[in-house]
Amino acid sequence: MPPRPLARLLLPLLGLLAVLCLWTLISQTVATDLPSPLKTWQESRRYVLEPFFKDGEMNQGIGRLAYYSLVRVAKGYLLALLIGTPLGFVLGLSRGFHGALDPIIQFLRPISPLAWLPLGLVVFQKSEPAAIFTIAVCAMWPTVINTAVGVRSISQDYLNVGRVLRLSRLKMLVKIIVPASLPYVFTGYRLSLGIAWLVIVAAEMLTGTPGVGGFLWQEYNSLVYSHIILSVLTIGAIGFVLDRLMGLVEARMKTS
Amino acid sequence: MPYLEARGLEKSFRGSDGPVRVLGGVDLSLEEGEFVAIVGYSGSGKTTLVSLLGGLAPPDVGTMVLDGAPITGPGPERGIVFQQYSLLPWMSVYDNVALAVDAVNPRLSRLERRRLTEEFIALVNLTPAQWKRPRELSGGMRQRVAVARGLAMQPKLLLMDEPFSALDALTRATLQDELLRIWGARRCTVVLITNDVDEAIILADRIYPLTPGPGAVLGPVIEVALPRPRVRQHLSLSPGYQKARHAVVEFLRSCRRARA
Repeated sequence: MPPRPLARLLLPLLGLLAVLCLWTLISQTVATDLPSPLKTWQESRRYVLEPFFKDGEMNQGIGRLAYYSLVRVAKGYLLALLIGTPLGFVLGLSRGFHGALDPIIQFLRPISPLAWLPLGLVVFQKSEPAAIFTIAVCAMWPTVINTAVGVRSISQDYLNVGRVLRLSRLKMLVKIIVPASLPYVFTGYRLSLGIAWLVIVAAEMLTGTPGVGGFLWQEYNSLVYSHIILSVLTIGAIGFVLDRLMGLVEARMKTS
Repeated sequence: MPYLEARGLEKSFRGSDGPVRVLGGVDLSLEEGEFVAIVGYSGSGKTTLVSLLGGLAPPDVGTMVLDGAPITGPGPERGIVFQQYSLLPWMSVYDNVALAVDAVNPRLSRLERRRLTEEFIALVNLTPAQWKRPRELSGGMRQRVAVARGLAMQPKLLLMDEPFSALDALTRATLQDELLRIWGARRCTVVLITNDVDEAIILADRIYPLTPGPGAVLGPVIEVALPRPRVRQHLSLSPGYQKARHAVVEFLRSCRRARA
């Protein structure tokens, strides 16, 4: 049974209250270094209320830091889609390519961003392209795999229409294969975006570039623990919003 | 030589316990402009026969020749109206039909192709719905689009695979009447596959019963001695109708009895 509107509003608030209580309790008892919710707010309010101030490279409002991170993620994510989508189509269309590349993909897929980043630094010598490389190389797999699955699960009925009409390979691709697999492709895009956002924190922590993740690591080193919590909450909020937005796009693709 | 000639078509599929022989030597010949119906029980191999004639699957044994050219693969000269409509859901009615028009008339100008597309849509009375997507249409309207697309291929042979079986009885009757009207206006050679004896009699010149599989073959031809144009209301009581109906039903029943 779907919960009533009142309950739908009330229950998450109750859950939030419970978490805040637990957080306070832990900060008072077990981990006294952990700032309480109140202390976190007091030490972070400037970052939240003036989100775009800039005092120095690493001391900026949380909005500005989030913006840096989002731009970086956007670059890596777009690169992932640009490489991943055609790769997925090729894998879905060609048995040969699938046989040759699938084992490699299954091998590369579980590698952590923490492992890719140093390699990126070796190759690119600079932290910014290394971070973007890491985001792309970690985020593209869901796009590759979902696209390939989407292509392979196209209904034979649709393909038969193209065969009867003797469509050229290009027309078959544009008119039938791509539109038929779009719902899967966009599921891949949504999952890839989730991973891209996961990777940004690791990439910024290791490279020390300004952004939410870089800020988090710097504040850990400067012992301002409340700002770690601020960063964590920001990362969660942005990840949630991104996932919802892509979910909307994905749902649109499914109904057509 | 007949317009369409199929000889000794055999096809087996791999089943869970060994190969299943679906078609066991089907012979079929058709003159140009004829409307032939193939009637059989569900699961007797009717759709397999359509995919062979359509070139979507090769026969294990046998030859097919259409208008002097052997059938080796799919092509628009053998238009297919699929059982499940198979409309592309991301395209409007117009684009679904235009896909066929554009594929078979690459040399025509854009304007002429548009005129043709609109003509085929008008032929099945769907002009008001031409910008709708298939999911916004009723089953009957979807099947009309599929018929329009089949005709838009301007095929030498139109294959219809149980085109109206998914529709309710009233809609089915309406579409049969429309098909009669369309076929009267532009005679093309049609092979209609159906499990509905009445549908076959109303529409076809000749009926071939397909024996129940495995190893299905076509039974003796049954001529439908009904004058055209046909009007449904006058048909079912006429002696020619009753005679054809009796012949088809008796043959299929006797096949079943022989097997039991």
